[in-house]
Amino acid sequence: MIELYDSQRAMRNMRKAAMQRGVVAVLDVGTSKIACLVLRFDGTERLNDGEGVGAMAGQAGFRVIGAATTRSRGVRFGEIEAMQETERAIRTALQAAQKMANIRVDHVIACFSGASPRSYGLAGQVELEGHVVSEQDVSRVLSACDVPAYGEGREVLHAQPVNFALDHRTGLSDPRGQLGQVLSTDMHMVTIDAVAVQNLAHCVKRCDLELAGLASSAYVSGNAALVEDEQELGAACIDLGGGSAGVSIFIKKHMIYSDSVRIGGDHVTNDISMGLQIPQATAERIKTFYGGVVATGMDDRELIEIGGETGDWEHDRRTVSRAELIGIMRPRVEEILEEVRARLDAAGFGYLPSQQIVLTGGGSQIPGLDGLASRILGQQVRLGRPLRVHGLPQAATGPGFASAVGMCLFAANPQDEWWDFEIPVDRYPARSLRRAVKWFKDNW
Amino acid sequence: MQQVNSDTPNDPAPSRWSYRFQRLMLTPLFRKVLRVGIPFCLTFAIAAGYLSDRDRQDSIRLAVADFRHQIETRPEFMINLLAIEGASPSIEEDIREIFPFDLPASSFDLDLESVREMIVGLPAVADADVRVRQGGVLVAEVSEREPVVVWRSHDGLALVDIEGVVTDELDARSERFDLPAIAGAGGNQDVPGAIAILEAAAPIKANVLGLVRIGERRWDLVLKEGQRILLPEENPVRALERVIVLSQVQDMLERDIVVVDMRLSDRPTLRMNERAVEDWWRVTKLTVGAQQQ
Repeated sequence: MIELYDSQRAMRNMRKAAMQRGVVAVLDVGTSKIACLVLRFDGTERLNDGEGVGAMAGQAGFRVIGAATTRSRGVRFGEIEAMQETERAIRTALQAAQKMANIRVDHVIACFSGASPRSYGLAGQVELEGHVVSEQDVSRVLSACDVPAYGEGREVLHAQPVNFALDHRTGLSDPRGQLGQVLSTDMHMVTIDAVAVQNLAHCVKRCDLELAGLASSAYVSGNAALVEDEQELGAACIDLGGGSAGVSIFIKKHMIYSDSVRIGGDHVTNDISMGLQIPQATAERIKTFYGGVVATGMDDRELIEIGGETGDWEHDRRTVSRAELIGIMRPRVEEILEEVRARLDAAGFGYLPSQQIVLTGGGSQIPGLDGLASRILGQQVRLGRPLRVHGLPQAATGPGFASAVGMCLFAANPQDEWWDFEIPVDRYPARSLRRAVKWFKDNW
Repeated sequence: MQQVNSDTPNDPAPSRWSYRFQRLMLTPLFRKVLRVGIPFCLTFAIAAGYLSDRDRQDSIRLAVADFRHQIETRPEFMINLLAIEGASPSIEEDIREIFPFDLPASSFDLDLESVREMIVGLPAVADADVRVRQGGVLVAEVSEREPVVVWRSHDGLALVDIEGVVTDELDARSERFDLPAIAGAGGNQDVPGAIAILEAAAPIKANVLGLVRIGERRWDLVLKEGQRILLPEENPVRALERVIVLSQVQDMLERDIVVVDMRLSDRPTLRMNERAVEDWWRVTKLTVGAQQQ
């Protein structure tokens, strides 16, 4: 179990080094765009190390000094498909961001939405060695979680302890120092395809950078788009991206479920392109300018020139009404939302005390989406924009940058993961020898 | 219109090498080296290469020296005259004799401090102040030593100032009758004390011949008829005053006394003339005899 986290530990160390140097880049590898932000840490994040979240939501410690976006290439469903192309796109974004920041970046924290994340709930239980819960006990209970067989070729991306219970008391966020007999924990684990991670790591390495962290985009965009009480009381964040829609459910400030639906905005564009027989680029343009999901009588009269370059006058002067466009888009959007609904139902979202749903990501900008979503997903739906962070350019404050902003927060104050705790002592060989001696002493 | 050739870079992506180059240029250390280090090294190398030739070095050195000389010999910086203030003619002559520079000279070459020390080094000079005045005049303000006593020693007569420094030789005592005389080895070591004693001796000034230093530690006041007043080491003035008071009241010094010994203040002692003693004995005998009879 422990060997598996060596790479995660290495990445954590790298992240620490990057923090010490003060500059780190975050990279959101999406299907439709690649966004890169360069963060500078001022070293003031220790100021509000205390209880709760400060006035700036714990993000006073860093500042965005460079931001760049480029059209993504070679990525489908949030997974890298053509390495060379993706590498070039990453290079473009990074170069522009470095140029804006006017500093060289060596460490990058990346997130991606694809690679079919799967989420598991783990439970572990140990008897305490003493009466007081120590760090070692926490480590032991975390290692005592029975890990499911998540299959060959998959890797653990997140493993976060979400709850501790001591004897009959549950809901403890930090059991250290408390008295009790039996310590148990609940852990949330997300696994992804190892190949996707390796591809991304390779691309990043080809750009002369070091990968200092990985995150699931559903998780980080939930971090950015959900406000504090939503995270506390229970909410789902749906990140409608280009190639896939990420779903993450939060309660008590922890993510408890994460999944992704492999349909996204690109499919809507594809539908328009096929339905109207126009090139992909035009379809994308029409979608962003005139798209919608609720048709009104006015839309029948609004004609859109869809153009063409064939030289045939008739063909090049085609028009469609906006109602037609909406008629193409709506079924696909409904399909996405229904798919999301199915995932939420499977996760038991309906049993949460609060069922707030937040739509974010570039796809959430379709006019009228909130109405449609509230019909499919439930009454409490709102459109979410990412938190405001220091120095973020206006162009990067839209919902499409939720995961990029979430990555900043993730870099500034990361959640404790399994590998952030110490290795339990009884895993060390010296300790096992001592245990053998102890056993002899006890029995002879 | 769409471009047919897909290879033509509509592609915004930088090539690997341009990307690397840009990253290199954004490295802080590299930029610093490029901005400061390379220009510095280049300038240094060019200058070193140019100056490594010996002929060039010499010509540059020569030009610098020439320029320096030109400035130094400008009339504004030349000194044409040595003016000496506050010195008697003989001392002035001495100063002019020892003044080591040939005038006119540049004021850059003159070392005023050494000139000053040289002048102060003369025995008759107490202090001197040397400066350059406008118009190329070197002014030496000299304050002379004032002789206060004539000191007779084994080497002859000398004039001594208040600090005990011999300012001049004297051929005959008659040249300076206005000054009191002292004698004895080490007489010049306590000139202020001698002056004080002589001042205290003002009431009997007509009788005073001079002071003699005894054992380089105390004074004897010598009076005209060979009488001596031996003064103690401590508080000689007070002892002398006592003697003067005695002499005024009892005309002590008028009598046949050779020495008044005041060295022990508790026990002033008188030594009388030999004949006076005999007389005294005789007179005493007479009185004693008369009494016995």
